[in-house]
Amino acid sequence: MTNKTVLHAKHLASGAKMVDFFGWDMPINYGSQIEEHHAVRTDAGMFDVSHMTIVDVQGADAKTFLRRLVINDVAKLATPGKALYTGMLNEEGGVIDDLIIYFFSDTDYRLVVNSATRVKDLAWMTKQSTGFDITITERPEFGMLAVQGPEAKAKVAKLLTAEQIEAVEGMKPFFGVQVGDLFIATTGYTGEDGYEIIVPNSSAEDFWQKLLDEGVVPCGLGARDTLRLEAGMNLYGLDMDETVSPLAANMAWTISWEPTDRDFIGRDVLTAQKAAGDQPKLVGLVLEEKGVLRSHQVVVTEFGNGEITSGTFSPTLGHSVALARVPRSVKVGDTVEVEMRKKLIKVQVTKPSFVRNGKKVF
Amino acid sequence: MSNIPSELKYATSHEWVRVDSDGIATVGISEHAQGLLGDMVFVELPDVDDSISVGDDVAVAESVKAASDIYAPVSGTVVAINEALEDAPELLNSDAFGEGWLFQVKLDDVSELENLLDAEGYKNSIDED
Repeated sequence: MTNKTVLHAKHLASGAKMVDFFGWDMPINYGSQIEEHHAVRTDAGMFDVSHMTIVDVQGADAKTFLRRLVINDVAKLATPGKALYTGMLNEEGGVIDDLIIYFFSDTDYRLVVNSATRVKDLAWMTKQSTGFDITITERPEFGMLAVQGPEAKAKVAKLLTAEQIEAVEGMKPFFGVQVGDLFIATTGYTGEDGYEIIVPNSSAEDFWQKLLDEGVVPCGLGARDTLRLEAGMNLYGLDMDETVSPLAANMAWTISWEPTDRDFIGRDVLTAQKAAGDQPKLVGLVLEEKGVLRSHQVVVTEFGNGEITSGTFSPTLGHSVALARVPRSVKVGDTVEVEMRKKLIKVQVTKPSFVRNGKKVF
Repeated sequence: MSNIPSELKYATSHEWVRVDSDGIATVGISEHAQGLLGDMVFVELPDVDDSISVGDDVAVAESVKAASDIYAPVSGTVVAINEALEDAPELLNSDAFGEGWLFQVKLDDVSELENLLDAEGYKNSIDED
């Protein structure tokens, strides 16, 4: 049984090439994923992300529960609407999923988790909720769109009410606000300005059509992947999974070590790993010659082998870039080798981020 | 459905061959193949004067999705390569049977062409995939 988002018919109407994405029939592109990529970097593009899972965590113990569940500390969230990117670990310190948490109050949070991990995420959260006074509520009655690019906010504004425009005016990155029918957030997965918007299923098609009419380019999962990779953002299942520590996935910045008495799941394992200093790390790789770095290619370094976790051709840069997990002693600026099509090819090690706001950043 | 010109010969590995009267064969990949690969980003071609034999991996079409070997559908000597692809690999997507041609071969043995498929045979081989 294949799931379809509320926008499925709109994709077919726009000539999308559809693929199976973990049980969802989703657009991979609408003709050319490279043109869609450029639309987001230079103008405005939109993605149907309705397959992602929205989960509301509410109740007297919501804050206490989330301080145990995830590696970042929701107690840092003081302003209503502020969002946090973080990870949810198993007892062995492996990443069950990465997620965004929006704070409304100490008893009211919204989580957005990956679709591919929906079942296990909900099962894990339910299991961990024993003894906490909370409710965990999935919200399938909503669709979700990401509208991204330098012109995205201006184009969205044409669809908003005066009240909504006022609410999002000057909103800082990583905030979300519910106004009228829409939940509008300054989050995204492209490294560009823009919004992620949660919209009731009943008005999703109409909203999508109005964006099309404003000239926002529909973009598929293909462009979504090249955009996030240029931005150095992890993809769950490739760059990390349940066998990988957040310390080995460029997620250390999403861990709150203070206060030291906050007992989040996986803390003891991470503390030991940090003290040992033996976890590999996620770096960027750049290949300026011909060829495309791909997932699972072997990275040969003087400190031992690593592996490319995701690689692609970067349409913005005109050459290939990749994220790779390598021994911790490998340094930014080093030259290492990648085994590509039976040959060893020299590549440069960079920080795991390549393009932000349309510009090269390494 | 994708276009399969009737005047060309095809290999099951998706290369097409157009034979000119002077025994020179032009080689490319089919519209169906470019559709499977998606947006093309690099094309590696053989060198002029290379001697190639049927089945050799002589070129690579690398798309956003995968690197794909291109096999020689005929034997002979490479006499020209499509240098435009260096800067414009997307010609393989936009005009697979025209401006997206890959290389030209002076045939060693014209009778080899009989081993290739006609348009109908190629269409059947795609339908079986």
